[in-house]
Amino acid sequence: MKPSRLTLCGEWILERFPITKLWEEHMAHYYAPKNFNFWYFFGSLALLVLVNQILTGILLTMNYKPDAKLAFDSVEYIMREVNWGWLIRYMHSTGSSAFFIVVYLHMFRGLMYGSFKHPRELIWIFGMCIFVALMAEAFMGYLLPWGQMSYWGAQVIISLFSAIPVIGDDLSLWVRGDYVISDATLNRFFAFHVIAVPLVLVMLVFLHIVALHEVGSNNPDGVEIKKQKDANGIPLDGIPFHPYYTVKDIVGVAVFLIFFSVVIFYMPEMNGFFLEHANFIPADPMKTPEHIAPVWYFTPFYSVLRAIPDKFAGVIGMGGAIVVLFLLPWLDRGHVKSVRYRGGIYKKALFLFVVSFIILGYLGTQPPTPVSTVIARICTAIYFGFFLLMPVYTRWEKLKAVPTRVTEQPTLEDRLRDAKKIYEEVTIVLPATPEQATSPLAKCTFFRRRPNPAGLRNAAKRFAKILKTSLD
Amino acid sequence: MNNQGVDKSKRQFLTSALTVVGAVGTGYLAVPFLAQMQPSVKAMAAGAPVDVDISKMEPGQLLRVAWRGKPVWILMRTPEVLATLKTLDNELRDPLSEESIQPEYSKNLYRSIKPELFVAIGICTHLGCSPTFRPELAPADLGDKWKGGFFCPCHGSWFDLAGRVYRGVPAPTNLEIPPYRYVTENQLIIGETSQEASA
Repeated sequence: MKPSRLTLCGEWILERFPITKLWEEHMAHYYAPKNFNFWYFFGSLALLVLVNQILTGILLTMNYKPDAKLAFDSVEYIMREVNWGWLIRYMHSTGSSAFFIVVYLHMFRGLMYGSFKHPRELIWIFGMCIFVALMAEAFMGYLLPWGQMSYWGAQVIISLFSAIPVIGDDLSLWVRGDYVISDATLNRFFAFHVIAVPLVLVMLVFLHIVALHEVGSNNPDGVEIKKQKDANGIPLDGIPFHPYYTVKDIVGVAVFLIFFSVVIFYMPEMNGFFLEHANFIPADPMKTPEHIAPVWYFTPFYSVLRAIPDKFAGVIGMGGAIVVLFLLPWLDRGHVKSVRYRGGIYKKALFLFVVSFIILGYLGTQPPTPVSTVIARICTAIYFGFFLLMPVYTRWEKLKAVPTRVTEQPTLEDRLRDAKKIYEEVTIVLPATPEQATSPLAKCTFFRRRPNPAGLRNAAKRFAKILKTSLD
Repeated sequence: MNNQGVDKSKRQFLTSALTVVGAVGTGYLAVPFLAQMQPSVKAMAAGAPVDVDISKMEPGQLLRVAWRGKPVWILMRTPEVLATLKTLDNELRDPLSEESIQPEYSKNLYRSIKPELFVAIGICTHLGCSPTFRPELAPADLGDKWKGGFFCPCHGSWFDLAGRVYRGVPAPTNLEIPPYRYVTENQLIIGETSQEASA
């Protein structure tokens, strides 16, 4: 049979570009561990949000004017008069918060399962570079609407540079391009936000994935699947990324899009957390708003800055809070990756760290009071303690035995059956009264169940025992 | 081609020379690229002095004017305020303004040319917010120690009504005082120092 024109055309390309090779290496024959749980959605979701930000960003630049006199009005013009402009802007503004939500969860996943440890240190470093670039991108983007919060937020953050001894004042002048935040600053932030930083981000994402595909993905058990291969050299616990994980990620995408759309359509400002109220007033260089706070994703670091009662030390503390994250692979001396087999001390430390991070984030949205300053100082100490004491406490860990193969977790049916057993254990069914016996609900025991003290005590004891072995 | 004839040292020399020339060229190109982000000539020229008429100011009144894009405060202080300022030294970080920025003629107790009339740049020396004017005594939110002054809403720095910073707050120095002079009794120029004072 004569080959069709389409086949010939395909062959023409394949002789010149290794498209099948790329597809096989990175999708069809990229073997990922078979035990990924929902924490593994957030990497691909971050990629989805990045695409969303780039697309909506391009559309927004078609109507936005990077000029101090026109910027605020052009944003309102997009919101009120451009067809579907409100949707595109809300997709972009909600997307920035969604980006930080998925990235924070993605990073927490790394902390839990030791994805930053040998041999994945470089993946973690690239990831942290992405995080820093993302913060720069979000900060510069927030100036563009030229509202009160845009203006004064940028004023505060650029003034951070002036705390650096000797070169500080000249450096902040160079960043602003004027003695105050002005049209020059807005124009250059626009340039950085729409072209410079996005290019860097896309490049870093590429490096992050190349590094990941070189060493292979970690998994909730922290087992290196490449150590156990079959006769064909395929990891025994690996499954091809396509179709298994592409299809699984589509489920994650669908769930994510439900939440994302609810925010876009029903609460795009998220009560001042995603778009702050003061930012609906045009920038006024003569008047600072009564209460200024950064957008929620910067507030933990902002709290650290505020907690330290010295200008230069505060800036060092804030920068240090990000720098310690880069050092994580070398601070952690424990040899076990996953939290499932790590000692209780790491679990407790991680729990304290997460709690203090959330408290710092909340305090950063609130005005400073003497009490909140003390709490912020304690949480700052815990934040740094988690990282800087790590070389010490990870040596004391009582590690558990790590399996050689990945483990199977109970399925949803198993979990439901167990939940039902516990439910039956902690309750007793009262005998039916005559009117209950005749009602249509006679077979349902739900309304006749009462707490069973003995069963409750047993279940609590079992739970305490499990918790104790887990935290030992 | 003969393979023995490769002169490695010449290659090495050419590579090194090219590296040096390339680095120097990149260095020279970096200057205009980086320097274009400095304030433009227009931005530098925009700092013209501002005329202010103070004839209609009442005691206790605060006037805000813009100079070089920054808020400048002009405050007419009452005799009670001036009396309070003398008593605060122990609570202040830099009561004599040794480490703060002001023209020589404002480096005194009241940080002004004439005691009643206070002129300052309304930008917090911490991170550049504009503090709020809170002349009242001991308001509920600031507590009993508050003797009237400027409060920075961003990070909670306290300044007295001479722009001097309190101890234990993030701001490192007193509020900056711009150069200014009296043209007549009731007219100020902000951004210029008088001939006699500068001489």
